[in-house]
Amino acid sequence: MSALGDIFGNARDQLAKAGSFTLFTLRLVRVTPAALARFSLVVDQVFNTGALSLVIIMLSGLFVGMVLGLQGFDLLQRFGSTESLGSAAGLGLLKELGPVITALLFAGRAGTSITSEIGLMAATDQLAAMEMMAVDPVRRVCAPRFVGGFIAMPLLAGIFSMIGIFGAQFVGVTLKGVDSGQFWSQMRASVELRDVMMGVIKSVVFGLACSAIAVYEGYHAVPTAEGVGRATTRTVVNSSVAVLLLDYMLTAVLL
Amino acid sequence: MTQSRSTEIGTGLFVLLGFAALFFLVTQISSRGLSFNDPAYHLTARFTNVGGLKVGSPVSMAGVTIGRVESIDVDPNDYKAVVRLRIQQKYSKIPNDSDVAIFTAGLLGGQYIGFGPGGSETYFKDGDRIEMTQSAIVLENLISKFLFDKASQPKPAEGDAK
Repeated sequence: MSALGDIFGNARDQLAKAGSFTLFTLRLVRVTPAALARFSLVVDQVFNTGALSLVIIMLSGLFVGMVLGLQGFDLLQRFGSTESLGSAAGLGLLKELGPVITALLFAGRAGTSITSEIGLMAATDQLAAMEMMAVDPVRRVCAPRFVGGFIAMPLLAGIFSMIGIFGAQFVGVTLKGVDSGQFWSQMRASVELRDVMMGVIKSVVFGLACSAIAVYEGYHAVPTAEGVGRATTRTVVNSSVAVLLLDYMLTAVLL
Repeated sequence: MTQSRSTEIGTGLFVLLGFAALFFLVTQISSRGLSFNDPAYHLTARFTNVGGLKVGSPVSMAGVTIGRVESIDVDPNDYKAVVRLRIQQKYSKIPNDSDVAIFTAGLLGGQYIGFGPGGSETYFKDGDRIEMTQSAIVLENLISKFLFDKASQPKPAEGDAK
C-alpha cells in the first residue's frame, strides 16, 4: 500500500516539476524584452556560452565530418557511387548531426556552466541579496543567460556544419580520392535552402530548450554544494533527453 | 557594468564567424540559395501527364539547366496539367516552334523538362505558351501496352504448326 503511495507521490512530484518548469519558462519569456534592453548583459552571455564553446564545437565538427566522410565512403563504395559522398555528408550534417551534436555539446559545455553559476549564486545568497535590493534575479541573472544561449546556438550549429563539411571533404577528396568537382556539385544539387533552414530551425529550438533547462535547474538548485552538483547533472541529462526527443518530433514535422 | 575589451572582441568574432558559416551554407552549399533574384522570364506548357515532375525540377536544353519548374496545376476545363517554367533571362533566344518533353534523368533519377530547339526566326516571349509538348512516359502504360500487343498477336508457335 505504501509502495502505491510512493508511486503516486513520485508521479505528483514529477507533475509539479513539469508545471514549475513551464511556469518558469513563461516567466523567462516574459522578462526577455526587458533583458534585451540591457544588451551588454546579453553580450556577456553570448561570449560565455558561444565564443568560449567555439574550440570544442570546431574540433568536434571536424572529427564528426571526417568520420562521416570515412564511413560514407566505405558504405557508398559498395554501391559504386562514391561521388554521392558530398550529398550524404552535406545533408547528414546540415539536417541532423550539426544541430543535435552541437546541442548535446552545448548542454555539456555551456548548460552546466550556467547551472552551476546560478546555483552557486543562490548558495552564496547573491540572488537573495538582489531581491533585497528590489532587483528581480530572473530578469537580471536568468534572462540574459537564456537569451544568450538562444542566440549562440544556431551560430554554433552553423559553424559545426561548415567545419564538418570541410572535414568530410578532406577525408573523401584528399585521402580517399573522390573527385572534388563531383563532391561539391552533388552536394549542391541535393542540398536545398529548406534543408539549411531545417537545421537552423532545429538549432533555435534546441537552444531555447537547453538554455531554459540550464537556467531552471540552476535557479531551483538546492543551495548547497551537493545540491548544485546534482542540479548540474540534471541539466546534462534533461537537456540531452529533451534534445533527442525534440529532434524526432521536429524531423517528423519538418521533413 | 563595464565589459572588458577582449570580451567584446571575442563576442564579435564569434558572431561574425557564425554568420559567415550560415552565409556559406546558404549560398555555397545549397543549390538554390540566392538564384531567386536572377532575371528570368516565364513560359507555360500543357501536358496530358506530367508523371513524376515536381516544382523545382530542372528545365534543360542540350543537357544544360536553363531554368526550373515554378508551378504545376491542373486546368479544370480540359484536365491537362499546366506547367509554368521559369527560364533564365540569358537564355531568351529560344525559337517559338521549339518543343518540350518530360524526360527521366538516369534509371532512378528525377524527371526534368527538355527543350528540343526549333528553327523559327522568332523567339519565345515572357508569358508565351509552348504548343508542342510530349508527356511523361508512364512506365505502367508502356508495360501494359507491350503486354496487350503481345496478347493480341497470333502466337508464332501456332502459326508454325499450321
